[in-house]
Amino acid sequence: MTSPSERDALQLKFRDPERGKALVEKLAHLTESLGRSPVAVMHVCGSHEQAIARFGLRHVFPKALDVIMGPGCPVCITDVPEVDEGVALAQQGVRVATYGDMLKVPGSAGSLADARAGGAKVDIVYSVSQAVELAQKTNEEIVFFATGFETTAVATAAEILRGPPPNFSVLSAHKYIPPVMEIVAEMPDTRVEGFLAAGHAATITGWGVFEAFVERHHLPVVVAGFEPLDVLAGLVRLVELIHDKTPKVDNMYPRCVSREGNVVAQQQLWQVFRPLGGRWRGIAHVPNGNLRLRDEWAHLDARRRFHIDLARLWTFAPPTLVQHCICGDIMAGLKSPTDCSLFGKECLPDTPVGACMVSSEGTCKIWHQYGGHPELTRAVEVNP
Amino acid sequence: MKLQLPIGERISLKHGAGGRAMRALIEQVFLEGVDAPLQGIGLAAMDDGAAIPVGERWLVLTTDSHVIHPLFFPGGDIGRLSVAGTVNDLAMMGATEPLALTCSVILEDGFPSADLLRIQKSILATSREAHAPIVTGDTKVMGRGEIDGLVLNTAGVAFTNRVVPDCGLRIGDRIIVTGTMGDHGFAVLAVRHKLALEGELQSDVAPINEMIRGALAAGGQDVVAMKDPTRGGLASALHEMAEKSGVGVLLYQDRIPLSDPVRAAAELLGIDPLHVANEGKAVLGVRPEAAERVLAALHAHPLGRNAAIVGTCMGEHLGRIILDTGLGRRLLTEPEGEPLPRIC
Amino acid sequence: MCLGVPGKVLEVDGLVASVDFWGVRKQVRLDVVDAPVAPGDYVLNHVGFAIRRIPAEEGLATLKLYHDLLRKQGEEDDLMAADVRAEIEAAGPGWWRDCDKPL
Repeated sequence: MTSPSERDALQLKFRDPERGKALVEKLAHLTESLGRSPVAVMHVCGSHEQAIARFGLRHVFPKALDVIMGPGCPVCITDVPEVDEGVALAQQGVRVATYGDMLKVPGSAGSLADARAGGAKVDIVYSVSQAVELAQKTNEEIVFFATGFETTAVATAAEILRGPPPNFSVLSAHKYIPPVMEIVAEMPDTRVEGFLAAGHAATITGWGVFEAFVERHHLPVVVAGFEPLDVLAGLVRLVELIHDKTPKVDNMYPRCVSREGNVVAQQQLWQVFRPLGGRWRGIAHVPNGNLRLRDEWAHLDARRRFHIDLARLWTFAPPTLVQHCICGDIMAGLKSPTDCSLFGKECLPDTPVGACMVSSEGTCKIWHQYGGHPELTRAVEVNP
Repeated sequence: MKLQLPIGERISLKHGAGGRAMRALIEQVFLEGVDAPLQGIGLAAMDDGAAIPVGERWLVLTTDSHVIHPLFFPGGDIGRLSVAGTVNDLAMMGATEPLALTCSVILEDGFPSADLLRIQKSILATSREAHAPIVTGDTKVMGRGEIDGLVLNTAGVAFTNRVVPDCGLRIGDRIIVTGTMGDHGFAVLAVRHKLALEGELQSDVAPINEMIRGALAAGGQDVVAMKDPTRGGLASALHEMAEKSGVGVLLYQDRIPLSDPVRAAAELLGIDPLHVANEGKAVLGVRPEAAERVLAALHAHPLGRNAAIVGTCMGEHLGRIILDTGLGRRLLTEPEGEPLPRIC
Repeated sequence: MCLGVPGKVLEVDGLVASVDFWGVRKQVRLDVVDAPVAPGDYVLNHVGFAIRRIPAEEGLATLKLYHDLLRKQGEEDDLMAADVRAEIEAAGPGWWRDCDKPL
C-alpha cells in the first residue's frame, strides 16, 4: 500500500498553497510587465478547466490575463451527425455501450438517453474493456460508441488489437487534438497569444508534435499537467514566453510528457486508426481531426457492419431552444457561458440544451457546477 | 431566496436526490394546502422532523422510507440504514433519546428469506445500539416487478426539552462536521457501478444520537443548528441551513476531514466528496465561544474522533457556500441529481 | 476528458497490474504503457489503462522546474516574488528538497 507520505510526494506537493501563492504572485507580476490588457491565452483541455474551477484558480488569476477555454472537451465537439449515428443504431435495436458523458448529448433528434427512455438498449461503461466484457457475456451485437481524444483512443486501439469477440464493433467518434489548434490559431478574430497544451494528450503524442505549429504560427505552446501548481506554473511559463517574444514549445509536465511521447501507444493508435478530416461541433471542419478505423479493421467498424439509417431521425424538428445555444462560440473561446441567455435558466445539467452543459468537461457544466466566476473577495476572513 | 424551480411534467430521479429539485417538489406539491400545526415545527419548516409541544417539553416525530441498491454494502445494509436514519433525524432535532420506533416492510414476491433474516438481525442490532426499541410494524408483499426487492419504512418518536432547528445560524457561528465526509456514498457507488475498486471504502452508517447528546450537553443553547448531511452530502445540507438561516458560509477545504480511501476514490472518479452522502455524520452550527467545547465533546466519542471546525457563517453571499481551497476560492454548489463517475 | 491519476503498482500479471491509488486498489491494463513496469513503479491511469510509467525522479524534476521558475526572476526586478521565495527558503534548505526522499 502507498503511504500518505508517498501520496504527499506525488500529488500533494502539487497542491501546496504556499508554492501556489508564489506562482500567483509571479504570474501577476509578469502579466503586468506586458503592459497591456487583456492578454489572452487558451487552454485546449476540459481537464484544465476542471482543475481551474475545482481549486478556485480563476479567483486568483490576474485581471489582465484572460484564460480562454478552447475546444478541449471531446464529448462537446462530437458532431451532431455522429451523435445521430449512435442514436439511430440504438433505435434500430442494436445495443450501444458508451461513456456516461455521452448519454445526454443532444443530436438532431434527441440523445442516447432519450433513445433509452424510448426502450433502446444503451449501456454506460467506464472503460472500453467493460464493453468488450459485455460482448463476451452475450450473443447480442454490442457497439462501443467511442469518444475521447488520442489519450482515450489508445485504450480503444488496445482492445481492438487484442481481438475482441465477433459481436463487438466500434463506432468511432475519437478526435485528435493537434490539428484543431491550427484552426483556432487561424481564426480571423482570435486574440490568443499562446496555448496551454493538454498534458495527458501530450503524454501520448509527445511535446515534439507542437514544434511545427510554433514554427508556423509564432505562438508559444506550454505543455502543462492538471494539479493546481501544474496549471499555475504552465501559465507563468506561457506569459514569460509571450513577454520574451520567444515562441517555442516548453514542457512543464516532464513527469508525464517527453519529446517523443509514448511510442508504444502511438504505434497501436496509428495501427488501428487513421486521421480523417471532419466537422467538430461548433468549431469548423478540422483536417485530420477525426480518428476513424483503418480498412484492415473494417470488420470491427460499426459504420460498415450496420446500415445506419439516419433519415428516420430527420422527421423530428430540433427544439427551438437549440437555436439560442452558443456552445459553438464558447468552444471556440469567443464567448463565456454567462454570455448565453439560456445558461442556468433553460439550460441546466439535468435538461441540457447544448453539449457544453452535458459533459463533465464541458465549460458550461463546469461553470454551473463550480459557480462560474463570481466576485468572491468580499467574503470576510474569519479564522475559525 | 425563494426557489422557482419548476418540477416539470413527470417526476424523475432528481426529485429524490436531496437537492434543489427535491425541495421544489416538496414545496410545490406536498406543502400545498397543508395546515400548519397550531404550535411547534411542522411540514412547512422542511426540517428533519416535526416538533409538537406537550406540556413543558417537545414531542419530536419523524419518518423515513429506505430503498438502496444493493441492499448489502460495505459497512452496512438497508436494515442498519433504516434504523440509523430515523434515530439520526430525531437527534438532529435535539431529541437524542428515542422512545420508540416503528418499522414497516414491503417485500417483492420471491425475495430470499435468508436476506430478510439477515436484514432483520441488523435492524435489531442497530436498534439496541441506539437504545431505540421497535414497538410496532407492518408487512406487505407485492407482486414480482411491482417493487424492487424491498422497501423499509421507519418512524420514530422522542421527547426533548429544547428543539434544535436547521435554520438557527447567525453571522460568526462556526460550522462543525462530526467526522469524515462522503464515506457512505462512495462505498455504495463503488459497488453499485461495479467499479472494481478494492480497498477500505466503508459506509459510515451508524446511529449518532449518543454522540450528539454529548455535544448538546457540552454546548447547551450555543448549539444553534443541526442537520445530517445525507443525500447531496455536506454541500446540500449547508445550502439548506444557510438559505433558511439567511447567512453565507465560508468553508476551508483543508479542514474538512476525508478518509484516505474517499480521497483516492474522489480523485479516480472525479466526484466531489462534498456532494456525496453520509449516514453517520452531522453538521452543527455553534456559537463561536462554544465551538471548542463542543468539538472536545465530539472528540470524546468514538464516532466523533475526526470532528473538525470547518467554516464560519458570514453576512455576505447569503445562501451561498464559498469554498477556500487554499489556492483560490470558488462556490460550492449543490449537486444536481446523483453524482456519476467522470470517465475520462 | 483525460482524467489521469497516478498510482503505485502492487503486482503485475501479464498485461494487467494491480495498482494502489492511496488506499483504493484497481486493475489497470498495461497494453499501451511506454516502458516495462514492475511492482513499486508508478503509472498514470486513464480509463483503466496505464499510459505512462512515471519515473520516481521525474516528480522531483517537475517540482525543481517550478522552483527555478520562481528563482529566475528573483534578483532582477521582481521583489515581491523574491520576498516570497526568501520566506520559503527561510523555512528550510530549499523547499523543494524535502521531496528528495526516495519515493
